[in-house]
Amino acid sequence: MLIFEKSREGREISLLPICDVPEVMLSPQFHRNMVLRLPEISENDLSRHYSEIGEKTYGVNQGAYPLGSCTMKYNPKINEELAGLTGFTEIHPLQKEDTVQGCLEVLSMLEKYLCEITGMTHFTMQPAAGAHGELTGLLMIKAFHHKRGDTKRTKIIIPDSAHGTNPASATMAGFETVTVPSDKDGGVDIEKLKEAIGNDTAGLMLTNPNTLGLFDKNIMEITNMIHDCGGINYYDGANLNAVMGIARPGDMGFDVIHVNLHKTFSAPHGGGGPGSGPVGCKKFLSEFLPSVRSEEEKGKFCFVKAENAIGEMKSFYGNFLVVVRALAYLMTLGREGVLQASEYAVLNANYMFHKLKDLYPPAYDRSCMHEFVFSLEKLKKETGVSALDIAKAMLDKGIHPPTMYFPLIVHEALMFEPTETESKETMDDMVQILRDLYEEAHTTPDILCNAPITTSVGRLNEVEAARNPILRYQSNDEKGAI
Amino acid sequence: MGSYVPSTDLERREMLSALGMHSEKELFEDISPQVRLKEELCLPKGMSELEVRRNIMGLANKNKVFSSVFRGAGAYRHFIPAIVKSVTSKESLLTAYTPYQPEISQGILQSIFEYQTMICELTGMDVSNASVYDGATAAAESIMMCQERKRSKVFISRTVNPFVLETVQTYCFGKNLELIIIPEQNGVTNLSFIENNVDAATACVYIQQPNFYGSFEDGEKIGELVHSAGAKYIMGVNPISLGIAKTPREYGADIAVGEGQPLGLPLSFGGPYLGFMATVDSMKRKLPGRIVGQTKDLNGKIGYVLTLQAREQHIRREKSSSNICSNEALCALAAGVYLSAMGESGLRKVAVQSMSKAHYLAERLGELGYRLVNKKEFFNEFVSESPKPISEVMNLLESRGILGGFPLRGENEGKILWCCTEMNSKDDIDELIRILQGV
Amino acid sequence: MKILNDLFYSKFHEWIKFDGESAVVGLTDYAQSALGDIVFVNLPEIGDEVGVDGSFADVESVKAVSDIYTPVGGTVSAINEALLDAPEKINQDAYDAWLVKFENITERGELLRADEYKAYIESIQEEE
Repeated sequence: MLIFEKSREGREISLLPICDVPEVMLSPQFHRNMVLRLPEISENDLSRHYSEIGEKTYGVNQGAYPLGSCTMKYNPKINEELAGLTGFTEIHPLQKEDTVQGCLEVLSMLEKYLCEITGMTHFTMQPAAGAHGELTGLLMIKAFHHKRGDTKRTKIIIPDSAHGTNPASATMAGFETVTVPSDKDGGVDIEKLKEAIGNDTAGLMLTNPNTLGLFDKNIMEITNMIHDCGGINYYDGANLNAVMGIARPGDMGFDVIHVNLHKTFSAPHGGGGPGSGPVGCKKFLSEFLPSVRSEEEKGKFCFVKAENAIGEMKSFYGNFLVVVRALAYLMTLGREGVLQASEYAVLNANYMFHKLKDLYPPAYDRSCMHEFVFSLEKLKKETGVSALDIAKAMLDKGIHPPTMYFPLIVHEALMFEPTETESKETMDDMVQILRDLYEEAHTTPDILCNAPITTSVGRLNEVEAARNPILRYQSNDEKGAI
Repeated sequence: MGSYVPSTDLERREMLSALGMHSEKELFEDISPQVRLKEELCLPKGMSELEVRRNIMGLANKNKVFSSVFRGAGAYRHFIPAIVKSVTSKESLLTAYTPYQPEISQGILQSIFEYQTMICELTGMDVSNASVYDGATAAAESIMMCQERKRSKVFISRTVNPFVLETVQTYCFGKNLELIIIPEQNGVTNLSFIENNVDAATACVYIQQPNFYGSFEDGEKIGELVHSAGAKYIMGVNPISLGIAKTPREYGADIAVGEGQPLGLPLSFGGPYLGFMATVDSMKRKLPGRIVGQTKDLNGKIGYVLTLQAREQHIRREKSSSNICSNEALCALAAGVYLSAMGESGLRKVAVQSMSKAHYLAERLGELGYRLVNKKEFFNEFVSESPKPISEVMNLLESRGILGGFPLRGENEGKILWCCTEMNSKDDIDELIRILQGV
Repeated sequence: MKILNDLFYSKFHEWIKFDGESAVVGLTDYAQSALGDIVFVNLPEIGDEVGVDGSFADVESVKAVSDIYTPVGGTVSAINEALLDAPEKINQDAYDAWLVKFENITERGELLRADEYKAYIESIQEEE
């Protein structure tokens, strides 16, 4: 039941004292005439309402979450406690520098850690999410070319396996997207890349390992080709969890990069956000970084602004409390933990991949990095059971399904990313469930096609939701009035 | 030290041997030696939880928490009911991903649907999205919604929050849009500039109500001028003010956006905050980001799903009008809890008290020679002159645990932007005045 | 699979009906079936000029969007606004649910007659 349906006229919670100064009212010209229908509810009912909301939501805390490309690793409790310290939460963003030395030190420390892990020179913490970071990085590329008077570079090259945010960000930055196909090994097709580049190439956006979970063996050749034609290499850090301490984007020829603190660096996703997408760059691009950075000078931290900053990407300095969480995480891991995280993320993925690939055909049969993709096209032909059906049947078995129907270049795709924080027995359970489901697809396909049956609702009519959208609650009275 | 990895050495050996390998290093053979790190990362050694806690608490303690805050300028210290944090700390809600699997995400989906409804109620608009990053990016995204082939010019008032203005500038640089800043006249938007310059090539006009200086703009007149040129009218609003103030819908706005931080989110040195966006029904398909809709399951039971997804980047790719993927769902959840706890009467009280206290402060400051600059009616922020050097004033207040008003920059250098909320008691205000009397 | 005899077809699965200097264009029954439940249609503006094989509209299903390419070049003279509120009409009767009318036809792309289109579809289906 919606909170509005639980509302009863006259109920309220005692939250505020009476006004202790003479009350001032707005003049009628500026006064609201529309009614404001917010819930009227007791605290007990409100609390129970959200308990129910919580129970009807599945988080990493509930169980395995092998959602490919999302890096749903465990979200450590200490990070939450530290992000909730009043010494952070009660700080106004426009306080004087000498009253926020702790915040500035947090920003500066995380910047140092991220630079070392990625091989970059500087980072801005301002972008609020991965896609926001992509836009930031692309605008820096644009500013770089413009400053040199090189305004004909209007094209960004993006592989067909890329996340949808890449081409969408390119459009927002005013670039045209040139899509290059993947080759038979799942990497960038070098011949096609050669054809795509030219003196109108502003840059390349690449995720490496890519969304197929594969590390591009030709990475140096690719980034060199872009540099040779005058372009800039952008690294989408969505899959950084595979290579920390093993290889650095900066050493692969990338010039600008975003990382997702809410993926690789363990900050929780909150049902869709807030995230944080810091952007790092090599020295020659630092002058274009947006916002301000924190730098230490004679034992004191202060804000510095880049000379040719692209401007502000949002208000203030980023999703600061997410930055605190990431810092706590990296302090905990340290140099050995960072390496372990990536090594075991890749080990876990390969283990699951190996235990399943005899039944579920891999999209590309090579050893994977931190995630892997199966194509269920054959299963669908044989049994009528689709990737969607398998995913929905997993819900009845109590695990979160993998990413479905992505990347777009694989038909009936299921993309798994177990992460390093799942135990062997959890993975063995998942493997067994998936092997059982493969059997059931052949013996009782109808049951799978009707899954899930154990959840609070069954499969929902998304066609009707899109054709006749109901996007807000309206009481019966209001509906009658229309 | 730790990496939250549960597997033991023995288990890892088992897993490796299942793969026919002896060492984790073999997993990375696709990475050529050329790009492989030769040595360990230069990071400190990992730490125990106790050490991390000690270190980061030490950092938090280096910041100064003010007991009394008279600064706003885009970030507001309002009262946050205890239930807000209790809900946003619920681990399933905290650790869930975007609800791609609706059958096991009905809770978070329903909370977003409720949030969308509340934002529609607040603003008077028809449709809200599930949130964007913050007020400034909401403003920038709203401007992108208005682009048409023959209309691309963007007007924004000088009286909006400077961060909003600068963020819009950055986004317009991206899309190669012409951005024209409407000058300020007596602390409000210059209407004749709009009348003379907004034309058939104009996509939209953006104003803030109340504006950065706290004053109410002539929202109705601006709306008429914008619409007579056929352009879209976007209004940025302070959501608390809407407890009593006229809604964007009543002013005729096509899109309403704003910073949702005052709705139950702490100051947090600037983030995470919450951008809200709402529009009229005819523009709903231009809204960026996630939108939750109500539908039914196979058995006719009501349920909620992410809908109108074909607008979004994961489907439309380079043709989508926004790239937004992650939003601020947990902050939207906080806002939903806050608005439910407050209810209409609570929100009205917050608005009335914030406004009343600001007026009381303005009057008391005026008595000390901090002359009020605002010529128009103001809400809970206002600008004053300063009879004393501002840094001297601020340092004195700081030494007494008070964060004074925001020293304005640029053309308004030498003036102070003050803010009150329900958190500033009469005693606190009187104390501030007593201290200033001593300067 | 319904194919009407008195229409022309394109390899992008549009049907075209000529009327002097103008033409009406819609999606074929094969196209609507392949697309699945259509939930929205983005139509061009009247007065837009489109060249042969240019994209002039797109149709949305729940998790996909597909461009529609015109087999003729010309100026958009009318759009079927009824589809904006009821895109399901395309699924119900693709040959009744026209999308766009073009006038001042400047060029024609490769057009198939009904029997040729039928053979074309059969060849695609065999490939699958």
